[in-house]
Amino acid sequence: MDALDAIFVTLKHLVVGWFPALLQPWVSALISIGAILAIFPLLFGLTTVLERKALARIQNRPGPNRVGPAGFLQFVADGIKSLTKEDIVPRAADRVVHFLAPLVVVIPPLLSFAVLPVGRNMVALDLRETGLLFFLMVGTAVELGVFMAGWSSHNKYSLLGAMRALAQLLSYELPLLLSTVPVVMLTGSLSLVGIVEKQSAVHGGFLMGWNLFTPWGAAGAVLFFIAAIAEANRSPFDLPEAESEIVAGYFTEYSGFKFALFFLGEYLGLFAVSGLGITLFLGGWLPPFSFLAWIPSWLWFLCKLAGLMVVFIWLRGTLPRLRMDQLMRFAWQFLLPMALVNLLVAGLWHFTSPWPVALRWLLGVAILAVPYLMFNRAFERRHPQRTYRYVS
Amino acid sequence: MIGSGILHGLAVTAKNFAGSFTDPARLVTVGYPEERLPPKENARQFPFLVFDGDDSEAGLRCVACQICEKECPPQCIFIIKSKAKKPDHLGKPQLYPATFDIDFSVCMSCQICVEVCPFDAIKMDQEFELATADRFDGLLRHKDQLARPNAYFQKLHPTDAGAIDTLRAAEAEKARAAAAVKAAATASESVKPPAAPGSVP
Repeated sequence: MDALDAIFVTLKHLVVGWFPALLQPWVSALISIGAILAIFPLLFGLTTVLERKALARIQNRPGPNRVGPAGFLQFVADGIKSLTKEDIVPRAADRVVHFLAPLVVVIPPLLSFAVLPVGRNMVALDLRETGLLFFLMVGTAVELGVFMAGWSSHNKYSLLGAMRALAQLLSYELPLLLSTVPVVMLTGSLSLVGIVEKQSAVHGGFLMGWNLFTPWGAAGAVLFFIAAIAEANRSPFDLPEAESEIVAGYFTEYSGFKFALFFLGEYLGLFAVSGLGITLFLGGWLPPFSFLAWIPSWLWFLCKLAGLMVVFIWLRGTLPRLRMDQLMRFAWQFLLPMALVNLLVAGLWHFTSPWPVALRWLLGVAILAVPYLMFNRAFERRHPQRTYRYVS
Repeated sequence: MIGSGILHGLAVTAKNFAGSFTDPARLVTVGYPEERLPPKENARQFPFLVFDGDDSEAGLRCVACQICEKECPPQCIFIIKSKAKKPDHLGKPQLYPATFDIDFSVCMSCQICVEVCPFDAIKMDQEFELATADRFDGLLRHKDQLARPNAYFQKLHPTDAGAIDTLRAAEAEKARAAAAVKAAATASESVKPPAAPGSVP
């Protein structure tokens, strides 16, 4: 089982060993880059097909079922189609920026995969001191690309979409960062590999020490994934690209493969931020129970990623798009305070470590529940239960 | 409670997702080219011309009265009358269309030609797979392409065709009876004249 677990690491060492010592670091880096460039865009393709099929099923339709077995090669057909389409650049557009924007959107998520541990010893670049910081800062660069796209298109809808995107991404950056802080506090490390290894402790003989299985971890995971959906421009936070309102927002003026690149960038961003969530809260490549440790670590990571994708698709099929003011209010008046409260809970969890676990849990849940119930009361006062006279 | 609505919605979509696999009543989509819905009697696409019997030229019901051509809102029908005449189902000599063209690219499937036709000669077809590589000549249908036997009409619109067939049979019967009476009258008349000069001396 260990051989299967380390199969990719062994393969890489084997290939690197063929080269002279001087070239070995370069070859190693190139192999890692190649793997990232091959795996994640392929995952993107499969996810788009799965998403279309799942959304169709939610709406009681069969979904794409023509290309390949059960329609699973639809993404190949889509890719060929977008490659063969004419690439139109508006006459008024800033050509250089218009050309660069899709690249700026795609490259940061690819960079952030470099520090993501996708399995035991499977990380392209183990930044021991700054892993998490690097990840979050690179992820922020997407906002630049989005605004470049909106601004250079010289189109009012593009600009509106870009403004919305900037406002949204900057607002949700804060809860995203703050919800990762408890993990760093409790782990005492910014290394993503270190964070995963810290979660490998076993509680009660079988339950792994995932951060999810703590009050601050559970609340942090919920906050993190809400902010992550917003960061990835996913429904219900897909205002920047609202098709029905501002005609796909910042990429209105993009066609052909540049359009596909925006989609690629969006999904890569989703994978990256989901991978970060898995690393921080869901135990990275660790199994949930110690008796499942025989399944290879990289498979665990992939399963968790797939599970999160299912949840995201499910949410997309369920929730309608938010309004801009609702979006902002949610970020600043709910997520941000709750993330700050979560910091307090994490601190208390750290300092009450000699206490019995049940008492620590009770304390944590109580501290989280009080502000939540207060928000709930305020929300219900602001939005009283609607009554429908003619609808039962 | 904040979030309870989301959970409720997730339950609804999950039920739809699972139901689309288990409940055939939910998944109503038909995989079109392989599976097809049975045709509906009142469905209509573009017009065709009805003919009786086996010969599409001799049995064509159209008498080239050009009412449909004049009534057609988008003017997609083009008729040239024949010089000669041919007997219709009542045995009366009638004109027939030398040319009868319908441009399917112009036709809007309004069925007005069918409504106005006094001879039940033009009816609506249900054929909808009309894709062609040539949108000009490929969609301009001529008389021989438009003509369909009465059996085809009966298959598409059984109620309508049944009523029309009964009516036409009654008409033909009446015409035959009238012809028989007339024939008898002419026969008796043709018998009488030779006697007449003798009766009036």
